[in-house]
Amino acid sequence: MGHAHTSSSDAGHAGQPLVGHLVAPWILFATGGALIVLTVITVAVRYVDLGEANLLVALAIAGLKATLVSLFFMHLRWDRPFNQLIFLSGVVFVVLMMAFCLMDTSQYRDSQYIGNPADVQAVLDKDAPNAPIAAQKSPDLP
Amino acid sequence: MTTLPARPAAPTYDTPESDNYLIHDKGIPSWLLTLDHKRIGVLYTVGVLLSFFVGGIFAMLVRTELLTPGRTIIDAETYNHFFTLHGAVMVFLVIIPSIPAALGNFVLPIMLGAKDVAFPRLNLFSYHLWISGAICTVVSLVMGSFDTGWTFYTPYSTTTTAGGVIPVIVGVFILGFSSIFTGLNFIVTIHKLRPPGMTWFRMPLFLWALYATALIQVLATPVLAITLALVVVERIANIGIFNPAMGGDPVLYQHFFWFYSHPAVYIMIVPAMGIISELIAVHSHRQIFGYRFIAFSSVAIAIFSFIVWGHHMFTSGQSSLMNTLFSAISFSVAIPSAVKIFNWICTLYKGSISLNTPMLYALAFIVLFTIGGLTGLHLATLNTDVHLHDTYFVVAHFHYVMMGSALIAMVGGLHHWWPKITGRMYNEKLGMIACAIVFVGFNITFFTQFMLGSHGMPRRYYDYQPEFQIYHVISTIGSYIMASGFLLTAMYLVQSLVSGKRAPANPWGGATLEWECASPPPYYNFHEAPKVGDPYDFSNLHWDERGEGYVTVKPPAAKA
Amino acid sequence: MSAHAPAGDHHAADGHDDHGHGGGHGHHNAEYPFLAHHFETPAQQFDSAKLGMWLFLVTEVLFFGALFVGYAVLRNRYPDVFTYASAYLDTTLGGINTAVLILSSLTMAMGVYFAQTGRKTALVVCLWLTMAGAAGFMVIKYFEYTHKFHVHLVWGEGFYKPVTDDGGLQSAELSSKAPVPLAPAQTTMSAGTVTAQQLAMPAFVQMPAGEQTAIAPPAAGPAGMAPAVIDAKAAEHAADPATHGDEALHLEDAAMPPNTHLFFAIYYAMTGLHGIHVLVGMGVIGWLIVRAGRGEFGPKYYTPVDLVGLYWHIVDLVWIFLFPLFYLID
Repeated sequence: MGHAHTSSSDAGHAGQPLVGHLVAPWILFATGGALIVLTVITVAVRYVDLGEANLLVALAIAGLKATLVSLFFMHLRWDRPFNQLIFLSGVVFVVLMMAFCLMDTSQYRDSQYIGNPADVQAVLDKDAPNAPIAAQKSPDLP
Repeated sequence: MTTLPARPAAPTYDTPESDNYLIHDKGIPSWLLTLDHKRIGVLYTVGVLLSFFVGGIFAMLVRTELLTPGRTIIDAETYNHFFTLHGAVMVFLVIIPSIPAALGNFVLPIMLGAKDVAFPRLNLFSYHLWISGAICTVVSLVMGSFDTGWTFYTPYSTTTTAGGVIPVIVGVFILGFSSIFTGLNFIVTIHKLRPPGMTWFRMPLFLWALYATALIQVLATPVLAITLALVVVERIANIGIFNPAMGGDPVLYQHFFWFYSHPAVYIMIVPAMGIISELIAVHSHRQIFGYRFIAFSSVAIAIFSFIVWGHHMFTSGQSSLMNTLFSAISFSVAIPSAVKIFNWICTLYKGSISLNTPMLYALAFIVLFTIGGLTGLHLATLNTDVHLHDTYFVVAHFHYVMMGSALIAMVGGLHHWWPKITGRMYNEKLGMIACAIVFVGFNITFFTQFMLGSHGMPRRYYDYQPEFQIYHVISTIGSYIMASGFLLTAMYLVQSLVSGKRAPANPWGGATLEWECASPPPYYNFHEAPKVGDPYDFSNLHWDERGEGYVTVKPPAAKA
Repeated sequence: MSAHAPAGDHHAADGHDDHGHGGGHGHHNAEYPFLAHHFETPAQQFDSAKLGMWLFLVTEVLFFGALFVGYAVLRNRYPDVFTYASAYLDTTLGGINTAVLILSSLTMAMGVYFAQTGRKTALVVCLWLTMAGAAGFMVIKYFEYTHKFHVHLVWGEGFYKPVTDDGGLQSAELSSKAPVPLAPAQTTMSAGTVTAQQLAMPAFVQMPAGEQTAIAPPAAGPAGMAPAVIDAKAAEHAADPATHGDEALHLEDAAMPPNTHLFFAIYYAMTGLHGIHVLVGMGVIGWLIVRAGRGEFGPKYYTPVDLVGLYWHIVDLVWIFLFPLFYLID
């Protein structure tokens, strides 16, 4: 990549910027219109009971809207591949963190319990009957 | 590739005595408001070294307290504050900015052949943020300090009565943004400001390392920032997201924290590895072995760093599925690390080694990093970690990596570039003696702690069983030896500023671009566009007796 | 604060070039007065600024991303809480705000277009429209927040406190003495009540089991008020200024699941952080309006407009996700 510059740098051409990409107003207005329509759709879908799928549909519509904003409003469609890669990698890292955290928390949520396991509790009762943690009994676990 | 118009030659050539970045402008404001990356690098270096001194004093106090079981010099609460301060100062104020912000700022644009970093103002802003973060830490000290450990684990950090928790967290938040902006600046500089001829694979390996580091800084640090912001909000408004008593999840805090802080460990070590690549190649005057492998292993480490954070949480209640995954992925980090070690050793093999201070530090790095890295495998193993977790074994392991590797590389790099930064040579003999003292003292201090930890001494404890005392005494004596080594270093470095010999442009025979400009460099780095060649081709560099430095001698026509 | 830093760097050379770098660069600076000394061409400078801004946007993505992860973990843990509490949010106001932000994004994108084509007046108008959108968003947000504060739809213990006569939160001192009823099933302690002081100082020894929490669920009120009923009641209250904010309806609802306060904790954390970003955006757009008014932007140089535009779109983008995730759960 290095010094390969943004193209379209013929500043002499009337109405063309020296650098960067000019996006026609009709594209911007079309994008804005699509975003409003999608907003209406996402509100409407709320009242349709799809069960678990409601969340997925809402996220899919939000993802579509985000794609429209980044591609057209943010000119990413015409931007340098490396800038596209950077933005994508940010999203990927969030998804990565979310995936790992969700995997973990949904795994250990069932193994969380109150108080101590019976064998530990027996030791605590014997050795440290007055420790505050000893007041905790584990009601529903072995 | 479009070609750029060649830079016109400067009409006059100024000698380092008449014009260099140190004397270009005068007065304190010209330093504190400078946009020159070299001056900003020097400012960072001074700040980092001062913080290192402060953090070191806390370390000495902690070690002294541990000489005997029970109270030796300070009470338990003060002890908690001191080890926390030691950790927080060393991590956030010293090691993280030490190589990228201090040395990197000075070296990166010159090595690259650029006139400055891409955003000089942002660079200065980063430095001002660093100062603000340091001030916040001092404010925290005044307001009652903090005793949370540098990790700020919830719910302790949200409930402790120590008065300085919020200021220090705000400080770390600010330091995080300082780090982000430095990383951002470096990425853009490396992408956009390379002069003609400086292709990716002609970049010195230190730049590859800084590039990988910058990627981590940009991608990981925001998560720390928002996490700490949540801790502050939790402390002020009790929102309960991390509080188990309110249905929150403290393990989530640890996920967030280590999503940053494990990559942060690589923010410390990857640029250190970059420095070592330079030191080994230059001081053994031999083409670096396996250039591409070293370059890509830096990037590989940067990527791996994001998917191993859970190995800090094996005993935190993390699920066994994730424990297994994180353990397995953690082992894989050993591969790119070992690639580097093998390549360095291969570079040394049959090299023409100059056994001077930077080289000694580089060799010390290889030994200490190997010990630190291999003991990391013990800790990444699930079942041994259950035994070793939160013991002195962990303390010893990360000191071998953070201090024995990252800081030793920083000190080695400081010696390597000292002639370039200050224009003065330091006392080589004292330098080698000090390096030996530090190396011996370090190993006495921390190798002992491996034994202490595997025998079961938990970290951060104020009191301990009498049978541990002998290890603690040895460790403390080692820390005094190490401190004396650093004090000696400080003395001869300061002395060199006053009465050191003037440094030639290329005292070591380096082939990277910074050795082509004068010592200290002129204000605009290069008077004419530097000719970019192989950064590790030393064949044309010859020792010049008169100038007491290396000069480039081209076989057909000589060129000074 | 930080958003305009990369953009602001285009002045970077101002101080620098005063030192008179000999020869050479004069012709560049005469043609492109905005070109900093360490760049060779305007394209190089523009590309650098743009790359820097994208990197900054990635830090923003991860900054919010961590909160989205927190949201996902909490929602996965307490799905019923999110379904229940979402009904307390005003979908109409949220929807209007979404539209307002989208339109302000459109005007911003048009602003970039007019800057690129050198139409100063149109640019300034677009920037003002964007500013108006941002202000409108914040005004609506202000009404949403203040209403919720009145009825104690807040984070932490305040969520469980009845509304006092003046509509404000009870002081901590008063509430610490007042016993708060705690359902026996919710605790392992023998006493059926626990003081608010104990609640305010959560202790590890009260580690809750499963879905349980040391925060008391509300005392049973009129049985089984469905979210829809709450919604209707809330709307009724909102419509009638006389009773506006007089009751903390959620406390009367026996169907409220435990830990509902967490929904509002993450709601305020995320929308609050987003609101701060909107305020910062208003600041930098104001700065653009001043510079655009001086005619500093045109086809040759419009980088600040472009970069602020990118920032503004990312603020919009975050809201695009916040809206369905908070307002549209059923």
